Amino acid sequence: MTAETKILRLRVNGGDVDVAAPSHWTLLEVLRYRLGLTGTKQGCDKGDCGACTLLLDGRARLSCITLVGDAVGHAITTIEGLVTKDGLDLLQRTFDEAGALQCGFCQPGMILAARACLDAKPEATRAEIKEALASNLCRCTGYTKIFEAVEQAVRAGKAAHLGLPATLVGGGR
Amino acid sequence: MSAGKLPVDRADPLQHVRSPNRTFGPQPPGARFEVIGKRMRKVDAAGKATGEALYTDDLALPGMLHGKTLRSPHPHARIKRIDTSKAEALPGVFGVVTGAEMPVKFGVIPWTQDETALAVDKVRFIGDPVAAVAAVDEETAQAALRIIEVDYELLTPLFDPAEALARKDIAIHEGNKHGNITKEVLLEFGDPDGAMAKSDFVVEDDYEFHGTAHAPIETHVALARYGSDGVLTLWSATQIPHYVHRELARVLDLPAPQIRVIQPHLGGAFGGKSDPFSLEFCAAKLAMKTRRPVKFLYSREEEFYAHRGRHPMQMHFKTGMTRDGRLTAVDSEILIDGGAYSSFGLVTTYYSGQLLTGPHDLPNYRFHSTRVFTNKPPCGPKRGHGSVQPRFALEVQLDRLAHQAGLDPIEVRRRNFQGAYTTTVNGQRVTSNGFDQCLDQVEAASGWKARRSKLGRGKGLGCAGSMYISGTNYCVYPNDMPQAGIQLKVDRSGLVTVFSGASDIGQGSNSVVAYIVAEELGLRVEDVRVVAADSDLCPVDLGAYSSRITFMVGNAAIHAARKLRKQVQQAVAAEWDVPPEQVALAGGFVFDLNDRARVLPSVKAFHLAEARFETLGATGSYNTPNLGGDYRGGTIGASPAYSFTACVAEVDVDLETGEVKVPHVWTSHDCGRALAPVLVEGQIEGSAYMGFGEVFLESHAVNRFGLTTRPNLLDYTIPTSLDCPEFHASIVESLDPEGPYGAKEAGEGPLHPTIPAIANAIHDACGIWLTKLPFTPGKVLAALQAKEAADAAARGGKR
Repeated sequence: MTAETKILRLRVNGGDVDVAAPSHWTLLEVLRYRLGLTGTKQGCDKGDCGACTLLLDGRARLSCITLVGDAVGHAITTIEGLVTKDGLDLLQRTFDEAGALQCGFCQPGMILAARACLDAKPEATRAEIKEALASNLCRCTGYTKIFEAVEQAVRAGKAAHLGLPATLVGGGR
Repeated sequence: MSAGKLPVDRADPLQHVRSPNRTFGPQPPGARFEVIGKRMRKVDAAGKATGEALYTDDLALPGMLHGKTLRSPHPHARIKRIDTSKAEALPGVFGVVTGAEMPVKFGVIPWTQDETALAVDKVRFIGDPVAAVAAVDEETAQAALRIIEVDYELLTPLFDPAEALARKDIAIHEGNKHGNITKEVLLEFGDPDGAMAKSDFVVEDDYEFHGTAHAPIETHVALARYGSDGVLTLWSATQIPHYVHRELARVLDLPAPQIRVIQPHLGGAFGGKSDPFSLEFCAAKLAMKTRRPVKFLYSREEEFYAHRGRHPMQMHFKTGMTRDGRLTAVDSEILIDGGAYSSFGLVTTYYSGQLLTGPHDLPNYRFHSTRVFTNKPPCGPKRGHGSVQPRFALEVQLDRLAHQAGLDPIEVRRRNFQGAYTTTVNGQRVTSNGFDQCLDQVEAASGWKARRSKLGRGKGLGCAGSMYISGTNYCVYPNDMPQAGIQLKVDRSGLVTVFSGASDIGQGSNSVVAYIVAEELGLRVEDVRVVAADSDLCPVDLGAYSSRITFMVGNAAIHAARKLRKQVQQAVAAEWDVPPEQVALAGGFVFDLNDRARVLPSVKAFHLAEARFETLGATGSYNTPNLGGDYRGGTIGASPAYSFTACVAEVDVDLETGEVKVPHVWTSHDCGRALAPVLVEGQIEGSAYMGFGEVFLESHAVNRFGLTTRPNLLDYTIPTSLDCPEFHASIVESLDPEGPYGAKEAGEGPLHPTIPAIANAIHDACGIWLTKLPFTPGKVLAALQAKEAADAAARGGKR
C-alpha cells in the first residue's frame, strides 16, 4: 500500500527475472503472487511449518521469512526448477514411487529440503535424513514413506555412482 | 452389484451374507487382479512432486480481490452496533459484508443449524467471524478491518463444560431447548447393572481427553467468482463440496443450479474441512456484491479459530470382567465439550458410545453422553470422530482388568473377540472381522511374548484394539438417493474419463477410482483419467468423511464400469461371433478366452461398442443397505462394514524427568482387501502418527480469558521427523462381502488404538496408569511419585 516498490533482479531456476514488489514482501510472496511459481506453498507464514522451503545457493531456506531483497544476487531454486529437460529430479521420482505423497502440500518444501541434504551428504543415513527434514512438517504420512523415498534416492545415487542399474540397489516400483 | 438398497431381511440382518452362495464383494472379471492389490503409484503424485498440482490458493483470477475477516475479541458478547462506513470509504476497499446480510443459519446436520456466516447479534468465542472485507490486496483489507467499529455488550463466558451444564442462567444459544446442552444420549443394552454386580473384577475411574486440532498444512481457503451468466463458482479447500453447495444456496438465497462448487487439490483435512465455513459464504457474497472474484485465505491463527477439532471429553467409565477374562459390562458417563456451535456434535455424541461395541464382545452396555456448548472455538469431527476418546478409556480399563485377573492383555482381547458375522449388543451388523489376525500380527511383530514386562526399568509394551465404520448409512439429510455416484465417458482415443464426486483429500480416492475402472475395463491406469469434486461435472457424492469413499465410491465405480464392460463384451462378441462371456478385457487389450491369438486393442473394442450402442458412457451408484438397531439413534454408527485394528506400542520412560519416548508402534489393520496397499500403509502410518501426537505433544485449549493458547505451529507442536516413533504397518485382509472386491476403510480406524496402547505400555514400563491426556512429563512424574508414596505406605502398612 504505502510501502516503497522496488524493481529487483532475481535469479530464479537458472534465469534472471526483473520483478516489481514492495520491499517488505517476502520471497514467498514474490514467487507466488508476482512470478506465478505456486509450487512453493504457504502453510504458516512465520517459519514454523517448512512448506515454503526452497534452495538459496543450494541450501534450504524458508522463503516466508526471507525478505525478497535478501534473495537478490543468490541462486533461487523452487520445486519447479527441479524439473529439467531430462525430466524429474531423482527425489521427485522416488517420492512418487515410495508413496510419500498424500495431500502433497508439504512435499515441494520437503523434497527441496531433502535435495539440500543429499547434495551435502549423498550417502545420508536415516538419522541424518531425519535431522535434515526436522523443519518440514508433514501431517499425513508419519514421515515413514518420506524417509523411504529419500533412502531410495540415496541408493539410486550410489548405483549411478557405481554404474550399476538402480534395480541392483533397490528402489523402483 | 446392484445399485439401491440391498435386500435385507430385518428379522435376520445377516441372511444375505450368510448365504452359502455369497462371494466376497464384487469380484474382478478374471481369476486374478491386474491392478487391484498391486503397489501402484498415485495418479496425482508426480504433479504434486513437481508443484504442478494446483491447490485452491494457487488459483488466481483477473481482477481478484482479497478477503479478510474481522473476528470477535470477546468470548461471549452481544453486538450492539456495527459501523462499516469508514471501511467502505477506504480507498482500495470494494466491499464489506456483515451478518445482517446473511442471517440464514447453516450447519451440516439439518436439525442443529446454529451458525451464521458472520455473527448476527451475538459472538460466542474469541475468533467468531463478525464482518468481512474485500479489497484490492490483503494489506488494504487488513487496514479496513481495523476501522470497522463494533460495540459489544459483554456477557459472562463459560469455558468449563461442567459449569456450562449447571448454569441455567447463561444461554450460549438463546432458544436452545435444554440450556447449554447440544445433545444428550442415554442408551442401555442388556442388563449392565446386573452383569456388573456379578463380575469378578470391576474397575471404575475417570478419564480425560483433551482438545486437539487437525492442523492440515494447507489452511482454509476459498475463491468465488460471480459470472455475468449469473453463475456463482466457488473453489474451496473443502472435503464436502456437496454440503457446501447446499448450504450456499440456502444462505445466499440463490437457486442451487446457479452455483458450482469445485474442490481443487486439497492440502490435508482430517475432518477439519467437513463443515461449511464462514469464508466460503463471505467469498461468495462479496463476489456477488463487488462483481469481482474474491479470495479468502485463512492465516494459521484463523485456522485454529475455525477449529472443529477433537472434542475434549470427561469420561467416567466402569467395566466388569469375569475371572477368566470375559467382559461382562461397560457403563460410561461422558461430558463432551462442544465449543460454541453444534457442527457435527449430534453425531459426535452418539459416536462416543455407539462405536465401542466391537471388536470385543460386549454383552451389556450403557452410555450416557452429554455434549454442551462452551464459549470456545467449535469442536467437530477429527479423524476417528467421537470414538477415539472413549476408546482410550475402554482399552485402558481392559488392561487394568487383565492386570487384576493376572492375564496377558492380548490374550484377554483374544478371549473377548466378537468374531465375524455377528450383531453387536447395540444392534450393529458386523460382517467381516479380522481382528484376531490383527492381534496375531502385532503380537508377533513386536516380540510381545518374549519382551513384554522384560525390557527393564522404564521400558514396556502395551496393546489395544478398536473398530471403525466404513461409512455410515446415516446420510445427514434423509433421502432415498444413492450415497455415491460415478459417471464414465469414453473418448475415441481410448481414454476413459471417470467423473467422481468424491473428494480426494490426499488419501488417494482419485487413484483408487482409477485403479478400479482400469481393473474392470482391462485398461492401463494411464488410460483412465479422473475428474473429481466439481458439482457441474460430477455426480453427487456425500464427501470425504466417515471413511466412506473407498467402500461407497469404489462400489459405484465397479457398478458403472461393469455396465460399460458388458457393452464392450457384447460388441466384440458380435464381431467375433462368440458368446460375450468369452471376451476378456485386460492390460489394454480385449481377447478371446478360447483363442488367445484373437486380440484387439481396447480402443478398437471401444470403437466397435460405440458403433453398436451409440455414444458410450455409464453411470454407477452405491447406497447402503438398511442397517442399525431398532431404536432412536440406532442407525447412527451403523455401517455396511467395520474395520478393525490392533496396536502394540513400545515406550521408554525416563523415570527422572517423566519424559516418554516411543521407539516403535506396530499397527495391524483389517481393511478388507487392500485395493492399493501403499495407500493403506500410508493411512495406517499417518493414523498412528496422529494418535502419537495427541498423546504427548498436541493440545488445543483456551486460557482463562477464552483466548486460544497455541494458535500457531511453533506452539501447537505436531510431531516432526525427529519426534516420531518407527511406525510398522501391516495389513489384514478379511474380505468383506459387500465392500468393493472385499475392501473396507483404512483412513481413521488405525488411529484409535495408538493412544491406549501407549498408555498401557507406560503401565508395563513403570506401573502407573495414566488416565488424563496429554501425557506431559509433569503428569508422568506426578503419577510416579504418587505410586512411590502408595508403595511406601503399603510397605509401611505391612510392617
